[in-house]
Amino acid sequence: MTQQFYVSPEQLMKDRADFARKGIARGRSVAVVRYADGILFVAENPSRALHKISEIYDRIGFAAVGRYNEFENLRIAGVRLADLRGYSYDRRDVTGRGLANAYAQTLGTIFSSGGEKPYEVELFVAELGDTPDGDQIYRLTYDGSVADVRGWGVMGGTTESVEQWFTDHYTPDLDLGGALTLARAALGHDDTAPRDVPAESLEVAVLDRSRGQLRKFKRLPDATVTELLEG
Amino acid sequence: MLPDAFRTAGSASFTEFLASHAPDQLPRARAEHTGALDGVTHGTTIVAATFPGGVVMAGDRRATMGNVIAQRDIQKVFQTDEFSCVGIAGTAGLAVEMTRLFQVELEHYEKIEGTVLSTDGKANRLATLIRGNLGMAMQGLAVVPLFAAYDLDLGVGRIFAFDVTGNRNEERTFHSVGSGSLFARGSLKKLYRDDLTERETVTAAVQALYDAADDDSATGGPDLARRIFPMVAVVTADGFHAYGQDETAAIADEVVAARLGAPDGPSAPLI
Repeated sequence: MTQQFYVSPEQLMKDRADFARKGIARGRSVAVVRYADGILFVAENPSRALHKISEIYDRIGFAAVGRYNEFENLRIAGVRLADLRGYSYDRRDVTGRGLANAYAQTLGTIFSSGGEKPYEVELFVAELGDTPDGDQIYRLTYDGSVADVRGWGVMGGTTESVEQWFTDHYTPDLDLGGALTLARAALGHDDTAPRDVPAESLEVAVLDRSRGQLRKFKRLPDATVTELLEG
Repeated sequence: MLPDAFRTAGSASFTEFLASHAPDQLPRARAEHTGALDGVTHGTTIVAATFPGGVVMAGDRRATMGNVIAQRDIQKVFQTDEFSCVGIAGTAGLAVEMTRLFQVELEHYEKIEGTVLSTDGKANRLATLIRGNLGMAMQGLAVVPLFAAYDLDLGVGRIFAFDVTGNRNEERTFHSVGSGSLFARGSLKKLYRDDLTERETVTAAVQALYDAADDDSATGGPDLARRIFPMVAVVTADGFHAYGQDETAAIADEVVAARLGAPDGPSAPLI
């Protein structure tokens, strides 16, 4: 007969958190940076097909680290939620806050329910405002907690030294090229010795306020990224 | 918490997601509940024509309800994604809803799959939506859209016409749908050439709409007093572009001025 051992709730939650954190720390970091005309997402991702950064809706972008199948699952759920809401109400009624709430609830429930293993993911949900004051960036962790991000944010991988680089070098009102150069340099500081992240292995996308269409999300192709980094 | 349906692996089709998760939101689910047919708004004439490097679509601005003009400035040409647009004729309410669903369908696929649908794929999706409305069409509430797109693979503008059963046929040169379409098509037949510039093609489309309005009571001509002009959209390799009021006004004014001397419009050579 198997014996059930008593495990205190504190210990149980700690074990689950350690498990999730370990999974998230394995990959490379993803950064989000606010610049003069919008919000920039940068990830080190050698794959051209498996994205870490995606469009959710007109003014809402998504970035994730951790297990691919888990954040892809959440991304698709977010696209469905946003499209359903926009279709049944109006495009203006789809908000980043609503989406961040739905993600927080989902991650929180999975984390504290005994049945499923916690998701090993962290997410950025960014919403572009009509003016820079209206920009909102949320950071969601594996346990469903939500934090506001101001200026810049980093998650996944070894974040301390990357964060330090941002703290030392970030200034508001950077232009796109400046923000991209900063993010690339920061992502290169994830090891004991700083390294140059090759431009080809950067996945870069923006929510661009100056874009003439309703859909403000845009992926930057390699050529544009190289050009911006050199300029 | 996000419902399970949102996190279940499934297809990249928004319509299929609606059908499984929120079937009441689908246009066709409401077909059986419709009774009265009076007081339904109808959209009228849409024309489309290709030119080297793209395609032009234009629509008049009138909506009718029986013998009454329901609206003078209705919009009947809609952007559906970066490289396509739809012009609607028939029952306005159903047509607008179908267009919205089609827009979301294309965008949803693009976001989920990370790639855009082929032009034929888009046309086939629209055909499926139209077929879904067949029950309503049998009750007299038909929707007949015209679909125009710039095909990035082929580098040409393409036009697709449909009937109420979703039968899709591609037109290489020009086409028209709606109550004034017979007159518009006759007009375009004489004016259209495949080497016209974008601007000339737009002028031909506006001429065709003028001819449709001239002979069809449900099609509205340029409204000089209220400065309401046809809606004109162009799709090229640079994407969708809707002409502004000033741009269409300039062309419409030119067409109307010429008609003051020759009410039947430009004449084509006999042989």
